[in-house]
Amino acid sequence: MTDSTQQLLEKAQAAAEAARHLAEQAQHYSDELAHTAAAAAAHGLAGGAIDPFVFRVAIFAMAVFVGYYVVWSVTPALHTPLMSVTNAISSVIIVGALLAAGVEGMTAAEASGSWWANAFGFIAVILASVNIFGGFLVTERMLSMYKKKG
Amino acid sequence: MSANIAALLYLVAGVLFIFALRGLSSPATSREGNRYGMIGMAIAVATTLLTHFPSFGGLLMIVIGVAIGGGAGAFIAQRVPMTKMPELVAGFHALVGLAAVLVAAGAFFAPRAFGIGDANEIHAGSLVEMSLGAAIGAITFTGSIIAFLKLSERMTGKPILLPERHTINIMLGVSLLALTALFVGTQSGVWLLLLILASFALGVTLIIPIGGADMPVVVSMLNSYSGWAAAGIGFTLGNLALIITGALVGSSGAILSYIMCKGMNRSFISVILGGFGGEVAGPAGGKETRNVKQGSAEDAAYIMQNAGKIIIVPGYGMAVAQAQHALREMADILKKEGVDIKYAIHPVAGRMPGHMNVLLAEANVPYDEVFELEDINSEFGQADVAFVIGANDVTNPAAKTDKTSAIYGMPILDVEKAKTVLFLKRGMGSGYAGVENELFFRANTMMLFGDAKKTVESIVKSLAH
Repeated sequence: MTDSTQQLLEKAQAAAEAARHLAEQAQHYSDELAHTAAAAAAHGLAGGAIDPFVFRVAIFAMAVFVGYYVVWSVTPALHTPLMSVTNAISSVIIVGALLAAGVEGMTAAEASGSWWANAFGFIAVILASVNIFGGFLVTERMLSMYKKKG
Repeated sequence: MSANIAALLYLVAGVLFIFALRGLSSPATSREGNRYGMIGMAIAVATTLLTHFPSFGGLLMIVIGVAIGGGAGAFIAQRVPMTKMPELVAGFHALVGLAAVLVAAGAFFAPRAFGIGDANEIHAGSLVEMSLGAAIGAITFTGSIIAFLKLSERMTGKPILLPERHTINIMLGVSLLALTALFVGTQSGVWLLLLILASFALGVTLIIPIGGADMPVVVSMLNSYSGWAAAGIGFTLGNLALIITGALVGSSGAILSYIMCKGMNRSFISVILGGFGGEVAGPAGGKETRNVKQGSAEDAAYIMQNAGKIIIVPGYGMAVAQAQHALREMADILKKEGVDIKYAIHPVAGRMPGHMNVLLAEANVPYDEVFELEDINSEFGQADVAFVIGANDVTNPAAKTDKTSAIYGMPILDVEKAKTVLFLKRGMGSGYAGVENELFFRANTMMLFGDAKKTVESIVKSLAH
């Protein structure tokens, strides 16, 4: 009995030793990492901040995974409404159209550019609105038809 | 409103869009989901208008634009018949694609408003994102128009094979890369314009060789493209709502394409390469001379009245004939007489994913009577009647037995296991895959030729007697 306790103790000690070793290594790596990161920041990235682009890519990647799992859980009976509602929500591109349609040229040089932007934005607002209203309403119309027995 | 709050609001909109899709996991929660989607859209639009308050003229244009577009959209949504949903969805994809192209062009002309640099000094990264959004949007636009024309039968559903089409596509693809590089390098709008034009051309050449039977894959694929185009623009704008939505829609379309390909046992690549269903495939053997057993509506009514269990298999032919309402009426009479009625839907029945389910729902068929292939296929053995209305290839046993058949390996509905198979067809023609259906010649099969709607209506009349 005491024998096995002894063994356990030794094992625990060995494990603790290994953990301490790992921690030291981790400390070492993190120091190095911080060092490289700081160097990278000093090199190019303004103020040591991560470029917002990286965050956007991260969000994009996460959203692809979320989309993957959410869409697999959609019942096949609702695949047509799924297409029409994805259609409607992808028309959130209207936010870009609103920017372009509402822009005002501050300088004379910008005026002609903003005229084009307004024209393109105006058409894009129309197209996206067709989709938003059409997409959500036709989805609503379809979904209201799905009824249970009785 | 600070930029941080705006970013958070866009994030909220993106999350609401996720809930919109999440709601579709069951018909019971789906309408609530759709509402979340609308709220998300309202938040995104309001946030943009509050953070970038437009000039008076701009605001006026926006109001007019939303009124015109929204009015047209609402009108279409109310009026479109459910059988035309595939065309409608293809048409809507085209609009998203074109909107993406226009927004990219708008960003190029007014970079400061989009926060991507000054005129002629746009950040290189933004130029790449803009090119991606514009190119994918342009491909989506023309591709969807072709799909729309094919689905609405304004253009032949048969594959149109250009000579050297693969070479043309590869050359167009390479030129897209070159034009993107030139555009990013020189910041000249000419290259952007050429890039868009080349993408328009590629959209056409990609879709015209694809036949009518493969349209479910094409529609899903274009759905996916419209998402990636939105994501590309989302990166240009640094807008979280657009990035999240683009990713959601992109993966949604990709998954639907995968499900459709699996439903036909074809690889995505072979669908995209096109040409399927053009020439008549399958075992050659000259003209078919065997006799089929032809029946009347009265015969069919008699058989079904005496049946205990009937499984109805709808296909594209039901949509064409608009027979869903008459079909439900027939089912109601039979149910009153104590017959057990179920519906079996093949994943690629119709012209888009879930097409048949919507039509049956429109005709007030309760959704708990409608089953997917894997859930009902084992029940055909106990069914007295399999009532096949406007479907063909998805019931063809050659898919299981004939290795030379064009549809070999495709999962099919085992209608041949039912005691009697009733086939409603316009004529003896083969299905879209151009394959003869062995089932027509079997002893337990009865053919009912003619317009599906009229045939079902006469069955209803006979049942009422």
